[in-house]
Amino acid sequence: MKNILTIIRRELGSLFTSPVAYVFLVIFLVLTGFFTFMIGGFFVRNEADLTSFFFWFPWLFILLVPAVGMRQWAEERRQGTLELLFTMPISVPEAVLGKFLAGWLFLGIALFLTCPIVFTVCYLGDPDAGPIVTGYAGSFLLAGSYLAVSGMTSAFTRNQIVSFITSTVLCLLLVLIGFPPVTDLLLKWGAPTGVLDLSAGLSVFYHFTGMQRGVFDLRDIVYFLSLTALALMITGTVLKNRRG
Amino acid sequence: MIEATSVKKYFGDRPVVAGISFSVARGEVLGFLGPNGAGKSTTMRMITGFLPLSEGSISIGGCDIEENPVEAKRLFGYLPENAPAYQDMSVGGFLQFSAAIRGLSGRAGKAAVERAAGLCHLEGVMRQPIDTLSKGYRHRLCFAQAILHDPPVLILDEPTDGLDPNQKHEMRELIREMGRDKAIIVSTHILEEVEAICTRVIIIDRGTLVFNGTPRELLARAPHGDRVLVILRGIDGEEAVAALEKLPQIRRAEILGEEEGRLTLALQPTGKGEDFAWNIKKMLDERRWEFCELHTESGRLDEVFRDLTAPDGADRKEGVA
Repeated sequence: MKNILTIIRRELGSLFTSPVAYVFLVIFLVLTGFFTFMIGGFFVRNEADLTSFFFWFPWLFILLVPAVGMRQWAEERRQGTLELLFTMPISVPEAVLGKFLAGWLFLGIALFLTCPIVFTVCYLGDPDAGPIVTGYAGSFLLAGSYLAVSGMTSAFTRNQIVSFITSTVLCLLLVLIGFPPVTDLLLKWGAPTGVLDLSAGLSVFYHFTGMQRGVFDLRDIVYFLSLTALALMITGTVLKNRRG
Repeated sequence: MIEATSVKKYFGDRPVVAGISFSVARGEVLGFLGPNGAGKSTTMRMITGFLPLSEGSISIGGCDIEENPVEAKRLFGYLPENAPAYQDMSVGGFLQFSAAIRGLSGRAGKAAVERAAGLCHLEGVMRQPIDTLSKGYRHRLCFAQAILHDPPVLILDEPTDGLDPNQKHEMRELIREMGRDKAIIVSTHILEEVEAICTRVIIIDRGTLVFNGTPRELLARAPHGDRVLVILRGIDGEEAVAALEKLPQIRRAEILGEEEGRLTLALQPTGKGEDFAWNIKKMLDERRWEFCELHTESGRLDEVFRDLTAPDGADRKEGVA
């Protein structure tokens, strides 16, 4: 436990001493604002809710979260510090969890910094608190899942670009799997409804939309957490069987 | 402290380490030698638990590195090849992190960091980011990280790489000093280092152990280990060789060079050659031969090393032809 905290502290420290953290935060906040107000048509909708804000997260995160996750292990491999880290008295799960939690915490900070948007909505109208809370919870869980996936691709390579691209594609796949282009294709191939449901059920979008609307369903939370856990477990296995 | 038993490592089908066994006790500094690609670093990475073993077992202080990795890893400090460190951290921050991971926090952590930084002369750069350090500093930083928790076992992969001659000397002193009450493994290409700091030497070549003994035993294998060189003045070469080879102690006399009246001879003793140089001197005095130099050649480690690890001599000659 103490080791996990030590790792978290180091990771956050290294994020905030490098420009990565600040560049990320600025871009993230500018983009969320832009999507919410300009593309999402916040004012045109004339409703005091955050639908046009949360709606973009599955897309925005596809690009931004891998930027945080791609360096996690690839950078350690490239610098050779992986050898240092794994010859110190810590276990692989501790290291994997520590790095993941640090990244997740950072994404949490980024989400927290979007609170002016909530204030704006509260100022303009009288929004329902429920969807805002579940929306933020869902966004945080979603960010965690994407982060775990990009951490996993990062464990496979010493090249951050390769890690970034593969994790972006994987996250995109997690969104698209429930979308009509994919499900229609499955339908055309004559897939039974069970497969169609499964495909839709595996989609990040499906689970996120529920939470974004204020529906608090345990299944959605289990979905996000198990996706995260699976990716972290694969990361651990890959690192345990590394070849240097 | 360190016990390696028939350790094997395959990368795919290719055996990189093909069954190595050795042990290192407290108070020993083991030199780990071998040509590039012989499996030195791979073996070190297996000892430190970074690479999984294909076969065999390694234990450190009684803890098996595969079954009980965290316990075993508490017992050693490791300086990996190329001295990696987190580039974006400061020297002090990196040392504090290393101390915290080893369970040294608060005052104990601070004391450990100060001690290690002092031993490695890092006090002046504690606030500097690591990516601005020179190679020598980075190396010493990584070494400081390894000795931070004063471990009973040290594993050092090329500890003097990138240091200037003074720093090299100092590092060797430090290792020798620590070797009194620790078990240390040092891998190196530098043969003089072996003579300077090691109490025992292991040579591996193509994944197998080809030598395990003291540096003195290694030297004893040198082909010209105990021959005597003399430089004579004003004496004809043929005549000298004929006269010298009559002596019972001399197995062979060889002319190495003859110029401007100076004759250089190499004399090979029969048997072990005790007092060989002394006897020769007496003989030269008796004959009133004038000599301006006479010394016993000590064996050269590089010759032994080449002998033990030469990639099949025949192949090489064919290659040249």
